[in-house]
Amino acid sequence: MMLFLEALLLQAGRNAALVSVGAALLGLSAGAAGTFMVLRKRALVADAMAHATLPGVALAFLVMVAFGGEGRSLLGLLLGAAATAALGLWAVECLTSRTRLPEDASIGAVLSVTFGAGLVLLTVIQAMSAGQQAGLEGFLLGSTAGMLQADALTVAAGGAIAGLVIWALRRPMAIVAFDEGYAATAGIDVRRTDLAGMLLVLFVTVAGLRIVGLVLIVALLIIPAVAARFWTDRAGVLLAVAAGIGGVSGWVGTALSATAPSLPAGPLVVLVAAGIFAASLLFAPGRGAVARARAARRAAPILSREESLRWIALRHADPSSPLIAQDDGRTPLSALLPVEQIAGLDRRIG
Amino acid sequence: MGAEFVQLSLPPIMIGICAAVACALPGNFLLLRRQALLGDAVSHVVLPGMVVAFLLTGALAPIAMMLGALVAALLAVVLIEAVRRWGNVEPGAAMGTVFTTLFAVGVLLLETTGASGVHLDVEHALMGNLESLIWFAASDWGSLLDPAALAGLPPELGRLALVLVAAVLYIAVLRRPLVAATFDEGFARATGQRPAAVGLGLVALAAAAAVTAFEAVGAIIVIAMFVVPPATARLLTDRLWTQVWLSAGLAALSAALGYILAGYGPLWLGGEHSVSAAGMIAVVSGLGLALAARLGPRRHRREALPLP
Repeated sequence: MMLFLEALLLQAGRNAALVSVGAALLGLSAGAAGTFMVLRKRALVADAMAHATLPGVALAFLVMVAFGGEGRSLLGLLLGAAATAALGLWAVECLTSRTRLPEDASIGAVLSVTFGAGLVLLTVIQAMSAGQQAGLEGFLLGSTAGMLQADALTVAAGGAIAGLVIWALRRPMAIVAFDEGYAATAGIDVRRTDLAGMLLVLFVTVAGLRIVGLVLIVALLIIPAVAARFWTDRAGVLLAVAAGIGGVSGWVGTALSATAPSLPAGPLVVLVAAGIFAASLLFAPGRGAVARARAARRAAPILSREESLRWIALRHADPSSPLIAQDDGRTPLSALLPVEQIAGLDRRIG
Repeated sequence: MGAEFVQLSLPPIMIGICAAVACALPGNFLLLRRQALLGDAVSHVVLPGMVVAFLLTGALAPIAMMLGALVAALLAVVLIEAVRRWGNVEPGAAMGTVFTTLFAVGVLLLETTGASGVHLDVEHALMGNLESLIWFAASDWGSLLDPAALAGLPPELGRLALVLVAAVLYIAVLRRPLVAATFDEGFARATGQRPAAVGLGLVALAAAAAVTAFEAVGAIIVIAMFVVPPATARLLTDRLWTQVWLSAGLAALSAALGYILAGYGPLWLGGEHSVSAAGMIAVVSGLGLALAARLGPRRHRREALPLP
């Protein structure tokens, strides 16, 4: 508990603090970029990109080793990841636009084939460096334990850059995401905004690889956006709420993972986001399940039995009846009319 | 190609082929019904199901594992539907929310309970251990006719063969309602064919295939074989049943060729170690898809048919 609080307050060492700040920045960017992607109904394209990073990471390692390096430079590995992720995105676009395969099939095909290629390359690396660990497994599920300071700085810088780009592009992105037609008439280039959005998603995916891991990074893009949808209908607010949820998830998740070396960061970040999502699904005012159930109960009988009885009684009452004089719509019917008369009316409406 | 091949390579190739075809067959209908990513989702949620089953029973009994995985798969389907309805989000986003969350739960359980000490671990789950499914009891090709040796075959082969037979039977017996439910749900309903039940059966079949194959050969083959061979076949033909048989053939070919390339390819190139068979099978099938996307006779979307 103490460890968790220390990590949360950035007191658990300089690297841990850098990682937390980086993860929070990354979460912010992922929430915002993911909102764009989810509203454009392309949520799972990012999953294809994320899985396509694996061969890139492995190839970058092999290239760096071939040039006599150690193969551990995070920046180098991420550059490789970005290259193959872009190839994966291109492959999805090609299969969807140039063949008759639907987008979901293209995503599934690219995701599994690129990931398979990555696994093949990983076994090549394992065979090469028998005995010593290449440490690439951390990219599958993310890990913050034993991160070098340079790596932590890379993550923090990546998060910051993505955040700045999103801040600059927030208006065109929000407009295109909500209303393509209006965006076009307002002079926004929809195709280029779409491309910018997808590149941003790619950037966040790659930057988040080391912390969240390639299997789960798509969750950090989707879940904040889906959770934020419960709280607002307005584009700007939605982006901000999603970014906030992503940021909190990154911050709290990495702090939790700092409490024990065996706790992988990726699943924790995702589970914090999922917790916020579940809370939103249940308790958000207006759209949450509880609020909806309550509204449904309030609205359920259009006229209650009491109201129907009152209405009939009023129509049939003679002018001298106490009902006409005293009814204010709130006094219970039983206080105004004798019991047998109410029972009689009740029988008449069946 | 003697005793060594029968002992070490034949069983994994057979298991790979059974797993690939058992996934590819239902994959055809999932592809046409726009549920191509179901295999992906199911193979992610299988992990928490297996971990919970292991924690409850304390053993790696295959039956308990499969039950756990099936329960998790069903739970995921229900949750995806709930998120889609209540959250008012598109199916892809609902799917992404649910399967990543359940997968995260699985990884966390694995890491915190010490279950990772045994043969359950994430990398194993992703990559499978096709290479380790060997047939000790075999001495040479004659063992294929020797009941005593046959009893020593890896049990995964029997289970996968069973699922494969179930898949073939389901598709063969229900082919008319299946086609109707896939292409024209309204027509199927109007003619009393219960498309919803047929669709649910298909999902259950896919889940069973995914779970069985996952346990034997890992997630990546499952995900790839659900989508890639049917997608490749779709670019080669317009006829549904031709597509189904083509996809089965492509899946079997990918499995056999992928395994052989992974096991022997590096040796031919002068290397000493084999590479991941599961990964290579996915890559081989992907090469097939790439070829079909460039050259397949039916790769383009059809223009609307001219009016007669």
